[in-house]
Amino acid sequence: MALDQSFVGRAYPPTAPYEVGREKIREFAEAIGDPNPAYTEPDAARALGHPDVIAPPTFVFSLTYRAAGQVVDDPQLGLDYSRVVHRDQRFVYSRPVRAGDRLSVTTTIDEVKTLAGNDIVDIRGDVHDAAGEHVVTAHTKIVSRAPEGN
Amino acid sequence: MAAVISYDEVEPGTELPSRSFPVTRADLVRYAGASGDFNPIHWNERFAKSVGLEDVIAHGMFTMAEAVRVVTDWAGDPAAVVEYGVRFTKPVVVPDDDKGAVIEVSAKVAAKLGEDTRRVRVDLTATSAGEKVLGMSRAVVQLT
Repeated sequence: MALDQSFVGRAYPPTAPYEVGREKIREFAEAIGDPNPAYTEPDAARALGHPDVIAPPTFVFSLTYRAAGQVVDDPQLGLDYSRVVHRDQRFVYSRPVRAGDRLSVTTTIDEVKTLAGNDIVDIRGDVHDAAGEHVVTAHTKIVSRAPEGN
Repeated sequence: MAAVISYDEVEPGTELPSRSFPVTRADLVRYAGASGDFNPIHWNERFAKSVGLEDVIAHGMFTMAEAVRVVTDWAGDPAAVVEYGVRFTKPVVVPDDDKGAVIEVSAKVAAKLGEDTRRVRVDLTATSAGEKVLGMSRAVVQLT
């Protein structure tokens, strides 16, 4: 059954602030095996003009993905989570995420459509810092695959 | 906050240094912990097969994170990447052995976006086991 178009434009309340820690950034950089000193050494980051260590470009997904759960779990939308796959991801940055940031995510449904029984949802996560300045927007496209036999 | 590369020095077709990124089961466990994505398809073979996958697969976001290292290493300052997007076209299957899988990444400057912004679009290609694993993989990079 096609998803209800009235969900387009629906916005969810901003998430509680997430405080970005230097050690969390280090842990993430180590997990992706990236030795870039801008992620772990404040002096190296400052030499590039940053006030503190910065996070790798995809780090913020751990926040926006959790916030997007508000959409996936919305009982009114009725997605079958067990059939959801992540199709596309895009980030548009105003500035990098850095240690000390307190970030909150406002999640909005940009588009819903149903193609060949697959439900496709475009979710936008706008990330702002404690001063209300825009940091990055995450565009996440998920697909809930049609059940077999459809 | 910009790259060490000058806008004037690159042309469409300029190739960035390619890289190969190995990925083992241990890497996936570490990434799950660091990212908070504990979906068992990324560490539990029994579960992965029960949902129709060939084997445990890497997080798409892990592959995305590896691929952009070609761009951030080239640019010098990772903050020079002002936009980055991919489509997850094929999963990276990671066997339970000491070698795991390898993600091969190449990239080239696809377009110069104008003297006013001094930004370029970089197109990336990521393959594993001979198959393209990311589609429409593009970054916009702020040069000096």
